[in-house]
Amino acid sequence: MTNHWVDIKNTDLVLIMGGNAAEAHPCGFKWVTEAKAHRKAKLIVVDPRFTRSAAVSDFYAPIRAGTDIAFLGGVINYLLTHDKIHHEYVKTYTDFSFLVKDEFAFNDGIYSGYNPEKRSYDKSSWGYQIGADGYVVTDPTLQNPRCVYQMMKAHYSRYTPEVVASICGTPKDAFLKVCEMLAETSAPNKTMTIMYALGWTQHSYGSQMIRTGAMVQLLLGNIGAAGGGMNALRGHSNIQGLTDLGLLSNLLPGYMSLPSDAEQDYKAYIEKRAFKPLRPGQLSYWQNYNKFFVSNMKAWWGDAATAENNWCFDWLPKLDKGYDLLQVFENMNQGKVNGYLCQGFNPLASAPCKVKVSGSLAKLKYLVIIDPLATETSEFWQNHGEYNDVDPAKIQTEVFRLPSTCFAEEDGSLVSSSRVLQWHWKAAEPPGDAKGDQEIMAGIFLRLRELYKKDGGAFPDPILNLTWKHRQPHAPSPEELAKEFSGRALKDVTDPKDPTKVLAKAGEQLNGFAELRDDGSTSCGCWIFSGAWTEKGNLMARRDNSDPFGIGQTLNWAFAWPANRRVLYNRASCDPGGKPYDPTRKLIAWDAATGKWGGSDIPDFKPDSPPEDGMNPFIMNPEGVARFFAVDKMAEGPFPEHYEPMESPLAVNPLHPKNALARANPAARVFKEDWATFGKADQFPYVGTTYRLTEHFHFWTKHVRLNAILQPEQFVEIGEDLAKEKGIKAGDHVRVKSNRGFIVAVAVVTKRLRTLDVEGRKVHTVGVPIHWGFMGVAKNGYITNTLTPFVGDANTQTPEFKAFLVNIEKV
Amino acid sequence: MRTTIQRYTARERSNHWVVAIAFILAGLSGLALFHPAFFFLTNLFGGGPWDRILHPFIGVVMFLSFVALAARFWRFNHFTPADRQWMKHIGDELCNRDERLPEVGKYNAGQKYLFWTVVVTVPVLLLSGVVIWQPWFAPYFPIWLLRVAVVIHALAAWIMILGIIVHVYAAIWVKGTVRAMTRGTVSEAWAKHHHRAWYREMTGK
Amino acid sequence: MALQSLDIKARSATTTPPPRARNPVHVAKLIDISKCIGCKACQVACMEWNDLRDEVGTNVGIYDNPRDLSDQSWTVMRFSEVEVEQGRLEWLIRKDGCMHCDDPGCLKACPSPGAIVQYANGIVDFHEEHCIGCGYCLTGCPFNIPRISKKDSKAYKCTLCSDRVAVGLEPACIKTCPTGALVFGSKEDMIHHAEGRIADLKERGYANAALYNPRGVGGTHVMYVLQHGDQPELYANLPKDPHISPLVSLWKGVTKPLMSLGIGLAVFAGFFHFVTVGPKEVEEEETD
Repeated sequence: MTNHWVDIKNTDLVLIMGGNAAEAHPCGFKWVTEAKAHRKAKLIVVDPRFTRSAAVSDFYAPIRAGTDIAFLGGVINYLLTHDKIHHEYVKTYTDFSFLVKDEFAFNDGIYSGYNPEKRSYDKSSWGYQIGADGYVVTDPTLQNPRCVYQMMKAHYSRYTPEVVASICGTPKDAFLKVCEMLAETSAPNKTMTIMYALGWTQHSYGSQMIRTGAMVQLLLGNIGAAGGGMNALRGHSNIQGLTDLGLLSNLLPGYMSLPSDAEQDYKAYIEKRAFKPLRPGQLSYWQNYNKFFVSNMKAWWGDAATAENNWCFDWLPKLDKGYDLLQVFENMNQGKVNGYLCQGFNPLASAPCKVKVSGSLAKLKYLVIIDPLATETSEFWQNHGEYNDVDPAKIQTEVFRLPSTCFAEEDGSLVSSSRVLQWHWKAAEPPGDAKGDQEIMAGIFLRLRELYKKDGGAFPDPILNLTWKHRQPHAPSPEELAKEFSGRALKDVTDPKDPTKVLAKAGEQLNGFAELRDDGSTSCGCWIFSGAWTEKGNLMARRDNSDPFGIGQTLNWAFAWPANRRVLYNRASCDPGGKPYDPTRKLIAWDAATGKWGGSDIPDFKPDSPPEDGMNPFIMNPEGVARFFAVDKMAEGPFPEHYEPMESPLAVNPLHPKNALARANPAARVFKEDWATFGKADQFPYVGTTYRLTEHFHFWTKHVRLNAILQPEQFVEIGEDLAKEKGIKAGDHVRVKSNRGFIVAVAVVTKRLRTLDVEGRKVHTVGVPIHWGFMGVAKNGYITNTLTPFVGDANTQTPEFKAFLVNIEKV
Repeated sequence: MRTTIQRYTARERSNHWVVAIAFILAGLSGLALFHPAFFFLTNLFGGGPWDRILHPFIGVVMFLSFVALAARFWRFNHFTPADRQWMKHIGDELCNRDERLPEVGKYNAGQKYLFWTVVVTVPVLLLSGVVIWQPWFAPYFPIWLLRVAVVIHALAAWIMILGIIVHVYAAIWVKGTVRAMTRGTVSEAWAKHHHRAWYREMTGK
Repeated sequence: MALQSLDIKARSATTTPPPRARNPVHVAKLIDISKCIGCKACQVACMEWNDLRDEVGTNVGIYDNPRDLSDQSWTVMRFSEVEVEQGRLEWLIRKDGCMHCDDPGCLKACPSPGAIVQYANGIVDFHEEHCIGCGYCLTGCPFNIPRISKKDSKAYKCTLCSDRVAVGLEPACIKTCPTGALVFGSKEDMIHHAEGRIADLKERGYANAALYNPRGVGGTHVMYVLQHGDQPELYANLPKDPHISPLVSLWKGVTKPLMSLGIGLAVFAGFFHFVTVGPKEVEEEETD
């Protein structure tokens, strides 16, 4: 979230799209009801299903799964053509006036630089025009046809209300009603929040959906303001912490990135990431990349990391490609993986295309499961009747099950969607032989290190030299790990402006990432978390909920990254002169008397940079402003374009009917064998979409009696029209098939799934809740990911669970 | 030696008393739940829950035994034109002016009315009782029917209790009657006086 | 009473007046259906606080689970899909459970002294240790709430967490409700709160938004804010004008004393007949 949960109460309008906050985030949803109750805020829900969020909304608009870019593109077109944008904001704080390279082009759904064989782009044309001074060329009059504003306007002019209605199946009047409601928040003193979740991320172009939403928010001037923002509602209590700590194959902690195969040179690696400002007077905070990086390496390898050995840069793996979930299972399927450590993860249930996942697991020599529950994955080799019909005799994978603790059985911090690191305390001892994850990992590590010590190996250095200064080496404590990621001084750290002033003495915890150095004098395991545990103690354990400004800015409650800042880009809540656009919801303001920014939040800005200096709010971008034109950051193009899901009821992309390349996301990675597993609309005419129910959490709570009582048995939801067509009554058992397999479930027949008019035909949706499996106390059921396609988002490789093709029949 | 006439066989007497005992138990356990003032009667049955558990079973015993009894006495209880005459003299009956009463067979009209009252109320009690019989049968009926049934059950029970009070009192009031159900015989004088037609039939006099 | 807050205002099968010296505040739970997201957290809180665990059932084609109230489920969510206006779907989700009537039909029908009590704060509570399992409460309730346990043949229903309320806590469902759809306090405050909510709903286009506090049962200590106050039956057949069935009123009202009196009179009539008119005796001489 750019903002935070409590801040939602400050909004005037809530758009829930690509998520179902009431159902998947019922506790956080309370802030929507607060906004409705106390600010008379309105709630709009745009979703293929009339969800429990829609049940309490002021306006609901149906949409065909996977067409959100078309919808939001239409909103952009509406806002631009009706001039419902926050003028000062977009002119000053965005790249509206930036000129784009002349080589950049967009032809019938495909951007310049496309390579159809590789299904990827050469992005060299996707950039700004750079002047002789090294800065981007701009046209403040916004008249130049190559300026971002003009190009964007032209790009989205195709997304007329009629086109939107035809692609999305949203009635035109409903779409226009949403546009009107959104447009009202272009007023400087009105804000809208967008709450989204996996309903946007789980598409083959999910990142672009989110970007389109962010563009709408920028046009309305809603980024950085209280009650505004792009708010990703994370699906696990600590999935935010997972990404923050870089537990993705291509990341280092704090959103630093691993070098690629081509980046063998340390200096070049840093230079590429320490962006120089692209406009005069801008901060471009990533210029400090090296400080974060060196401190990280010191945290990992301590004294072994020196300036001479480039802080052990050579010890880092260099990526030939991303090793995301899909790639790993593809490799496994090809027999390239011997062993798999599966920690707190249930891929048999969570990963797409069960038949492929199951087959891949069967090719492993060994599989290690670290989990508090007996997961389906740990039982993938067992025959569980119709739900897991395998022959154990044919599976040679050796499975080790290491019981671990659940969150209530351990101390530690969880990072919420609000980016708040909140400490929690153990409530109960783990049962039986269960051990904490860090204890299990330490056991594996210490044995490995012993083997390397004894027997040597091809490349023992990173293992032998890993910092492991724990009081109990076999059981590192959460406190030790938290102090490590927050960072400490290895030598005295002094103020660069006044070298006699010591900010942190050697051995002390650091106050924040501003004290990180690139000379090896500091150590920090995750720079964005720096300051969470200072000499004052564990700030994450703070429980002071006092709210001095009355807008939910509880700065003494736990610790938010970065630097305890609660609303990102909060400088953008003020006009260029430093005055808040809405003084009643003031986050920060420029105080000329003290020469500092301050208010109810920690400024996301250089705290002493006066407005006259013209530094812009988006300090992490080298431009200093927010980007409508994503330059080379996205896989499929700088402006989001509507593509059809990989499996779509439409044979062509209605925007590009003649260009087969532009039917689905042209940059989505598809493994060769998987093309054949995609179904066609003639055999599988209905749109399938998977989702969660309030009563359950993923595949965990079916192990819990209380949850099983509330939702005991697997079901699918279909609309009344489809039910009638197929002779299905509520309570009947139905078989839902995709080209990859089938599930059998009870049919819930509902008015809440509407038949949509898309491109002159009727499109039915089949809703598939995910929670069942063959372990636990709820009624056994089929793994719903039996149905889903093995393809992910072109940028993140998050699987396309939200739109695929199925057929349905009464059993 | 006084001469007697057999009025009820041993089987008939036993049957009667099974019905009577069941009636008393069902009546007491039923009244216990009817008005708070009678709730103390549940103690006779081992407390409230036992009262609730036993009452319907006692009721079934009463029903079944009464069915047998009714079968035995059915044919004696057909109304005749003479009964209408007798009813016209009910005042004389109550005021012991027996000499003005017409001749009566085995049962007088009052006794017949009681018979038919019980013939009607006992099955009504059974049917309405089954509807409200927790926990076995009540769950199968809609609540509106339960509401109708409780009222009918109470009303039928009330009518039957009133009838039986009259029945019992009549037996006490009309001296020489009780022994008909205890010993099975009545005196010839009693029979001649109260049921002359039956007396003639039995004795041929 | 052990706890002043549990002063009893009315007691089943009891004909004498209750203690009346103390006047505790009347409490009420307000269920704002327009804020309810149907998450069923209240069902879980109820099960946890009251140590109840219903069966793991089946899905019969709807979201409602458990399907119905039972001795183990004292509150359930009832989901209704309605189109009040043509083309505008609404998903009305009503938390069903005891309404804690001011004039409780269950209490009126109950034959067992003290098995059902009404506290002075308005909560209607079943004391299962006094329950005899007759099921009369079912006939008295206008909302079809009490359920007889198959295990012990005793009647169960929501207690409004009388044990929690007695010591100054809110009911468990209130404590857990994430959206504030459930609130608890004095009845007066709840009516006031509801007025604010109704004004808000009217502004949002629900012209008939209203408080459900039905007069027919003397008002309730569980009230609803309904978007469509004129059509409560939309909400899974919430009765429009609930009242104790006239049959039950008849049965437990006038007939109870009158019939008892009738029986007494019959006995007395016999007795006085005997002492005035005297027995019918037959002279043995009449026989030959």
